[in-house]
Amino acid sequence: MWSALKRLYHQLGSPKWFFELTTKWNPWFLWIGSILMLVGVVWGLAFAPADYLQGNSFRIIYIHVPAALLSQSAYIMMAVAGLVGLVWKMKMSFVVGKAIAPIGASLAIIALVTGAIWGKPTWGTWWVWDARLTSMLILLFLYMGVIAIYNAIENEDMANKAAAILSVIGTINIPIIKYSVEWWNTLHQPATITLTKKPTMAPEMFIPLVLTIIGFYCWFAVWVIARTQNEILWRERRTKWVKSLLTTGANH
Amino acid sequence: MFFDSFTDFIQMNGHGMFVWASYGIAAVIVAQNFIGPKLTRKRVIKDIERQLRREQK
Repeated sequence: MWSALKRLYHQLGSPKWFFELTTKWNPWFLWIGSILMLVGVVWGLAFAPADYLQGNSFRIIYIHVPAALLSQSAYIMMAVAGLVGLVWKMKMSFVVGKAIAPIGASLAIIALVTGAIWGKPTWGTWWVWDARLTSMLILLFLYMGVIAIYNAIENEDMANKAAAILSVIGTINIPIIKYSVEWWNTLHQPATITLTKKPTMAPEMFIPLVLTIIGFYCWFAVWVIARTQNEILWRERRTKWVKSLLTTGANH
Repeated sequence: MFFDSFTDFIQMNGHGMFVWASYGIAAVIVAQNFIGPKLTRKRVIKDIERQLRREQK
């Protein structure tokens, strides 16, 4: 088990291996994710019953919660990738972290915008400066900070290190987001999903939510793979394997 | 189906505007996440090919 993990680590550390392995994985993530999203969204929009308190506006949950959850897990992945890069000087790890930043930012935007739209009919306001909403906005700014570092610093080594350090420091914000609804008074409702308790939602509302969450994670994998592969191709453009890949066609 | 008619489904008892706007914006951002890297891939491949051709001369 341990040696298999170690081998995988070294293989993923090699750009060529990473490229070939993820090319094989990619269609699985794409199709499983797409099917789960299609079923989850149609179920959530058209077949799940309306919420007894919020009516039909609660259907926003099927994109809001997956996006919010994933934007936080993505941040942790970006920070771990940065840490691995800093500690073990693993180049590929930085590449993955760099790929995650714009995706995570887009997910945080989805969470914030759908949350604001959901807030209007439910709370009567688009926005309040309370702990949950503010810490989510800070998450978006952290992502934008990482993107800005990569845009501003020419030297690759410096950019990688600075981005990784910001990512790692910013993880302080993650538990703040998570517990913000418990530590402070807030308009935001408490967590819909907990791993330790039974769901409080009816199954016909809860199952489609689980489907869209897993679906979003699969799509996230597709997006990270696509961006990482682009970066690999450019970095490795002088190698034999990229040249032979181009002559046989890598336009998928 | 939870709704009685297609009009019902679109209007969602007055919440339709909020629900459809949320899904619409999310769809645009999701689509961008799929299309953006695809366009980058095309550009990267074109750049590398141009460079290879230049080197062969």
